[in-house]
Amino acid sequence: MIEIKGVTKHFGKKPVVEDVTVTIQPKTITSFIGPNGAGKSTLLSMVSRLLDSDTGEVFLDKNNVKKMKSDEFAKRVAILKQSNHLNVRLTIRELVSFGRYPYSKGRLTEEDEKFIDQAIEYMNLTDMQDKFLDELSGGQKQRAFISMVIAQDTEYILLDEPLNNLDMKHSVQIMKILRQLVDELGKTVVIVLHDINFASVYSDRIVALKNGRVVKDGQTHEIINSEALREVYDMDIPVQEQNGCRICVYFNSHS
Amino acid sequence: MRLWMLITASIILSLISLFVGAIDIRPSDLLDWDSDKTQIFLMSRVPRLMAIILAGAGMSIAGLIMQSLSRNKFVSPSTAGTLDAAKLGVIVAMVFFTNVTYMEKIIFSFAFGLIGTILFMQILDRIKFKDVIFVPLIGIMYGNILSSIGTFIGYESDILQNVQSFFIGSFTLVVSGRYELLYLAVPAIILAYIFANKFTVAGMGEDFAKNLGLSYKTVLNLGLVIVAVISTTVILTVGVIPFLGLIVPNIVSLYLGDNLRKTIPHTIFLGVVFLLVCDIFSRIIVYPYEVPVNITVAVIGSAIFLVMLFRGKAYAKK
Repeated sequence: MIEIKGVTKHFGKKPVVEDVTVTIQPKTITSFIGPNGAGKSTLLSMVSRLLDSDTGEVFLDKNNVKKMKSDEFAKRVAILKQSNHLNVRLTIRELVSFGRYPYSKGRLTEEDEKFIDQAIEYMNLTDMQDKFLDELSGGQKQRAFISMVIAQDTEYILLDEPLNNLDMKHSVQIMKILRQLVDELGKTVVIVLHDINFASVYSDRIVALKNGRVVKDGQTHEIINSEALREVYDMDIPVQEQNGCRICVYFNSHS
Repeated sequence: MRLWMLITASIILSLISLFVGAIDIRPSDLLDWDSDKTQIFLMSRVPRLMAIILAGAGMSIAGLIMQSLSRNKFVSPSTAGTLDAAKLGVIVAMVFFTNVTYMEKIIFSFAFGLIGTILFMQILDRIKFKDVIFVPLIGIMYGNILSSIGTFIGYESDILQNVQSFFIGSFTLVVSGRYELLYLAVPAIILAYIFANKFTVAGMGEDFAKNLGLSYKTVLNLGLVIVAVISTTVILTVGVIPFLGLIVPNIVSLYLGDNLRKTIPHTIFLGVVFLLVCDIFSRIIVYPYEVPVNITVAVIGSAIFLVMLFRGKAYAKK
């Protein structure tokens, strides 16, 4: 369980995240949603220790994350930031191998190789594992990065806008894989999403942020309704039910 | 390209290098241990070959590390002010101490090279516009500023001529007893290989490195120290050799990728091959005289660099 307690972050004098308290339940997908500049990515960065909070603490199973050793932390929490612009020429297999870095420090054991094989297999990348990243399409690249995170074998996987620049087909593919990671492998996924319909269909819980504060926090069905969404986005968003999924029809809506 | 091809080429070129020069030495001459020719061979030809190998490998590795850490394909000791800063260090040492010792030159050159590179990395951190071409342009401008400060100091203290001849990249003055500092490049290169995985991870950015539990700052600092050690030793023994650290790692990256554990051996031997070819060429083109190797490297290097700029811009951006 990750507990975020009263976390605040300022960039200069501007508050970006203010007094946020959220609990991430294990074995769920939790989506962070909200308008631009709401502080979603910043919050995720603080949970994953990429940024230090000004005040407040983040606890991982009762341990303060700031006090954990970095390689121990890397075995338990993985974060993937928007990485489409990464310009390193590695093959998929090399990239995935680096997911084992916290365990092997670069000297791969047989066990590491097994994890790498499995992670590549899981993302259906076996046939192209020796291709360079810069030869891949956006969707394949994103799958390669997620494959690396799977090889990292952490309980918690944090993803910052993983659907950025992906088309519908690949977005659905990625979300389905994340769902599998939770349902089949028992991982906990925290994800920053812009498209609320992906959040609605695939996540268990939603945390809605606005101007650095939590405005809604609860089960998906508690957030995906017109009243709650109005509070978050200042828009009238009709919600329709389709095959048991709640779809927000935000096009052409009044603000 | 296979590693064994590069190693074979290095060995063949090394042998050629040993037997090319103003004085005709044949392998059979070496049978007589006390002859003048054997003495020349041991005092001049062998040191020269060793200097070329060490400088070629060292500058290429320094370039590779800088490209990895700055995440820019066109950053190298000669396009980030490292060499100019190390040079400035020597000049300052020469002005500061009237009878400057070799050790003082080394220390000043190393300190300036290191600080100069750190400063460039800081500048790089602050600028928003990180175009692949723009960054090395800033680096070259920065290097020229450092260089002109050096020239000014040299001019004011009447050591300008001294300074100018000192830094022309050339292996003509390499004789036994005057190049041994270069061997410091060996531990630096070994260290680079040991930490290859860390440099690759750091090359994917600070967030990426932190996610894998790597101490980014430590790796960054280690890399900069390695670069400064290599640059200092090369500057003080053979002078400025431009383009080497830029071209060699980029060619290797094109066919082998950016996994340093894999590319370091190739980079070492390609650097050796490239510099040996340039040096042999420098020695035979106006035989029995020779042109400074930095001119040959600059001519061939700038041609390759231009090709890289025009054709490789897409590659470097990826």
